[in-house]
Amino acid sequence: ASAGPGSAAMASGTLSILRSDSYAELSQYRDQHFRGTRYDQERLLRKSCTLYVGNLSFYTTEEQIHELFGKSGDIKKVIMGLDKVKKTACGFCFVEYYARGDAENAMRYINGTRLDDRIIRTDWDAGFKEGRQYGRGRSGGQVRDEYRQDYDAGRGGYGKTVQCQ
Amino acid sequence: AGQPHKRRRTSEPSEIEERLESLICRVGEKSNSSLESNLEGLAGVLEADLPNYKSKILRILCTVARLLPEKLTVYTTLVGLLNARNYNFGGEFVEAMIRQLKECLKVNMYNEAVHLVRFLSDLVNCHVIAAPSMVAMFENFVSVTQEEDVPQVRCDWYMFAFLSSLPWVGKELYEKKDAEMDRLLSQAESYLKRRQKIHVPMLQVWTADKPHPQEEYLDCLWSQIQKLKKDRWQERHILRPYLAFDSVLCEALQHNLPPFTPPPHTEDSVYPMPRVIFRMFDYTDDPEGPVMPGSHSVERFVIEENLHCIIKSHWKERKTCAAQLLSYPGNNKIPLNYHIVEVIFAELFQLPSPPHIEVMYTTLLIELCKLQPGSLPQVLAQATEMLYMRLDTMNTTCVDRFINWFSHHLSNFQFRWSWEDWSDCLTQDLEKPKPKFVREVLEKCMRLSYHQRIIDIVPASFSVLSPANPVCIYKYGDESNRSLPGYTVALCLTIAIKNKASNDEIFSILKDVPNPNQDDDDGEGFTFNPLKIEVFVQTLLHLAAKSFSHSFSALAKFHEVFKTLAESDEGKLHVLRVVYEVWKNHPQMIAVLVDKMIRTQIVDCAAVANWIFSSELAHDFTRFYIWEILHSTIRKMNKHVLKIHKELEETKARLARQHKRRDSDDDDDDDDRSTDREDGPLEEQIERLQEKVESAQSEQKNLFLVIFQRFIMLLTEHLVRCETGGIDVFTPWYKSCIERLQQIFLQHHQIIQQYMVTLENLLFTAELDHHILAVFQQFCALQA
Repeated sequence: ASAGPGSAAMASGTLSILRSDSYAELSQYRDQHFRGTRYDQERLLRKSCTLYVGNLSFYTTEEQIHELFGKSGDIKKVIMGLDKVKKTACGFCFVEYYARGDAENAMRYINGTRLDDRIIRTDWDAGFKEGRQYGRGRSGGQVRDEYRQDYDAGRGGYGKTVQCQ
Repeated sequence: AGQPHKRRRTSEPSEIEERLESLICRVGEKSNSSLESNLEGLAGVLEADLPNYKSKILRILCTVARLLPEKLTVYTTLVGLLNARNYNFGGEFVEAMIRQLKECLKVNMYNEAVHLVRFLSDLVNCHVIAAPSMVAMFENFVSVTQEEDVPQVRCDWYMFAFLSSLPWVGKELYEKKDAEMDRLLSQAESYLKRRQKIHVPMLQVWTADKPHPQEEYLDCLWSQIQKLKKDRWQERHILRPYLAFDSVLCEALQHNLPPFTPPPHTEDSVYPMPRVIFRMFDYTDDPEGPVMPGSHSVERFVIEENLHCIIKSHWKERKTCAAQLLSYPGNNKIPLNYHIVEVIFAELFQLPSPPHIEVMYTTLLIELCKLQPGSLPQVLAQATEMLYMRLDTMNTTCVDRFINWFSHHLSNFQFRWSWEDWSDCLTQDLEKPKPKFVREVLEKCMRLSYHQRIIDIVPASFSVLSPANPVCIYKYGDESNRSLPGYTVALCLTIAIKNKASNDEIFSILKDVPNPNQDDDDGEGFTFNPLKIEVFVQTLLHLAAKSFSHSFSALAKFHEVFKTLAESDEGKLHVLRVVYEVWKNHPQMIAVLVDKMIRTQIVDCAAVANWIFSSELAHDFTRFYIWEILHSTIRKMNKHVLKIHKELEETKARLARQHKRRDSDDDDDDDDRSTDREDGPLEEQIERLQEKVESAQSEQKNLFLVIFQRFIMLLTEHLVRCETGGIDVFTPWYKSCIERLQQIFLQHHQIIQQYMVTLENLLFTAELDHHILAVFQQFCALQA
């Protein structure tokens, strides 16, 4: 390409309004149990191929998750989230892809849509480590199910504190 | 909003560039004043910035011309206003655009080049470019059709660039240079008459011409331009902000385009593939709303172009994309919802492939339904009904996409659908397209939910189409099977595995299994023992049936046993057969197991291809899951080749950097041996990787050859049988099979292009039945 005013890398330039990719950005959430600095965590999140998936029904199976998330690319692994005590599904999972681009597409097009009639939420995860498949609530499930006041048939009914009343 | 406020200081250059870009890109957005007054204001701001930021402004405007074609006339107006205020700037802009156009053509960015050509032609309307010089450029474009020994797709592009600019500038050019335009149009007509259209059947979504013909894109455009000419170039759809500034603009001095010679054709030139225009609606489909412009109206062309451009601009941002589509101007004069739905399905069903990932369209349609809950869902339901009605002539690949879309869409709306409306399919042969479609949809719906849910959502009469309960079939499970050979070993194995036996223990248990192929000793000390494979695989898969994870763990734990049993080609084939026997009710499980076995090298891609074409699978041959498995297998092979190739290139680059470092270091280093030592490992690595690449590429080519060979055998068998029996060739099976062959070509066309000579000389020779040969010829015509 010949030099001239404004010709530098012309055919490959882009516009910031077209670069916008808000669905694939990092959320505000940071895992408090992460071992390492905030900086380390964010570096891992930015190159991760693993997604956390939340608001699943306790009855949603690995097969259903595989079918839905397989629509954005080849899945390397699905790890179901388990109640620490009962070792049964407690409403979340991790989905790992082979390629980050496939995970990005899941964030763009599967996040915020329905699985088992529930709107599911996906977020970047720094990477699965043994132990992270367990809920961190005091009763064994997820924290959000400890204090929940509403009745959710797909997530064991009332929250744990309500149940104990 | 929410950003910390920056301290006031002299702005950085990049900040200024961002601000300028933002001002330009967002002109007219979120403003109470009219677009025209916003443009006037912006022109003033930019004119004042020209002394200091001219090159930045030039770059931004050129980029906007290339990347925001849906806002073409907004920015040509802006350039027109700037040119009126600063003639030199106008000249520099035109020069920069020509440079950018040349660059785009050199690097095969033909779609963006079209936007640049259209922008230039609209600049004639803004008095920036003189009409005669634009006509001269178009004369050079059209003369490309006279070039000899060039691909038709090259001539097609230049013709398309000319014709597709006419909705914007036809009137002006015709007014100034009618004789030249008439000549150009007659040259266009004769080109379009003589160009070949062998490729068209391969790209059509429907094979039938009713209710809407699926026209080749240049034919359709030509009809639209002819109609436009007949209407004396009156075009009323395009928004033209420059009309409001006519008094200012016609005072401006115009520039002449420099003579433009189309860059010559080279070996590296890759032109866009031809297209077929997808149409599913006409004015009869929305009787109460505004009239839909006819298929040969130029309005239809412009609307479709702009809607496609909006999707291209905002595909990553589904909410923005939906909002931008719905705020397309002219909402009350055109049935916008119908246009949007038609354009989205046009992309989803596009052959060879959709421009964007399929799941994007599902989610985009859901967003549109959210924004227009009172109207869009009805249009979508109407569209679904129409697509269903026309399934008999829909291309198999497009039916796949329809199945995927519809089942995924339903899963977001509690699977609510008026299934009874489709009861007509219940009386048809199950292999016919409509019942087949419903079966596949219900199977996919089940994968997204569970078996009982599907039974509950369809009327009882649909039970014949409902999917099987996805349970495993264990042949050694029942006491009544105890007479089967291998039954006792199966029991033994079951207990051993439950007791966490090691691979060695498994081997020793399997030693007791007799070999039905006793006499087929291959002399290498290892014989293919189908019974061993059967007993082991059946038992293991049955024990691990609970979930995908259980099965994957089982494959991993007993990998060694698998590798040994499946060492030979026959072994691999038999493993696949047993997997099928165990899981034939659960196609999803078969697919994930095959995937895992390829990735862990228990079976190879060729084995999967042979298995798919084997007689054992003939019954399932037309089922969707089989082709998902085959295409997934081919994709894995392709990715594998790319990966090793990338490794090779990276290692070569490392070596080059190492050389560069050494060369730039001190030259008085006589110690050649030490430098060789440094190179040694890298050079060895490169040699090894080179071998790996060659072997992978050869495996890849072999895979395609196997697939084509098996297709030819299968289709030839059918054709011969029909001919001798005097029955019609065109059965549902045949249509499905021939379109599956087409699908292989289309989905992997870039790779297959490398094998053209082999294919022509070895497989798709002149002796082949013309039905099969036609597919190959259509494929060749795509880049001819």
